Amino acid sequence: MKRDIFQAIADPTRRAIISLIMVQAMTPNALAEKFDSSRQAVSKHIKILQESGLVKSEQIGREIYYQVEAKKLKEIDKWLEPFRQLWEDRFDNLDKYLAKIQKEKSKQKS
Amino acid sequence: MSSYKTQIIAEPGKQEIFIIREFDAPRELVYRAFSEAELIANWMGPKDLKTKIEKLDNRSHGSWRFIHTRRDGFEFAFNGTIHEVCAPERIIRTFEFEGLPEKGHVSLEFLTLEALPDNRTKITIHAIFKTLMDRDGMIQSDMERGVQEGHERLDEILKTLK
Repeated sequence: MKRDIFQAIADPTRRAIISLIMVQAMTPNALAEKFDSSRQAVSKHIKILQESGLVKSEQIGREIYYQVEAKKLKEIDKWLEPFRQLWEDRFDNLDKYLAKIQKEKSKQKS
Repeated sequence: MSSYKTQIIAEPGKQEIFIIREFDAPRELVYRAFSEAELIANWMGPKDLKTKIEKLDNRSHGSWRFIHTRRDGFEFAFNGTIHEVCAPERIIRTFEFEGLPEKGHVSLEFLTLEALPDNRTKITIHAIFKTLMDRDGMIQSDMERGVQEGHERLDEILKTLK
């Protein structure tokens, strides 16, 4: 099943998991130790993150390691980008306008 | 061009957005740019839309209504009530897009202006939505407009390359 990435990161525990494994790949045991919730609950969160494509697993020897799929993380950023651009444009306009009226004001004074 | 970046914080799963930016102008002036109709119309944009400030009664318990007109004549209107004005540091108001199929999708906006050294001002717009869907819808709708603008900008660049 494919899951929506925004649904996947809507949960604070899942966001904490992402921040942890962004620093280094971690085994399920090492991850579970970082949380107060049950091992089962943590593995459920990991499963949802995997289904969204944000987290991938790699088998190294006998251990499974989880790590972040950087390409997927970028998708989240892209979602906000046009909204940021809209405000960026709006505020650049305001910058110019503020500079203009300040200039006019100092002219009036002199 | 300004070196200040616009910071947008829209955490997943939260019904709020923060829009934060600094300006090279004293707080009184920035405040005027956000609260006086003639001044707002000069920068509010987006550039493919004409902005008309139909009403702006900028005082506590006042109200406002802006109309954006697209080149093809299509109008988007927004309105709200001003809850509190505390010049030049804060405006609290409601915001509703009139084009939605159903009424009641109102958000609450806190505009805060902070005076910084060297005559700079930091503004923070904190918008709180009724539901997560309302918030995400707001980001998406602006997004469509933003994308359109992006394309136009690209067109302009391509023209200069010809």
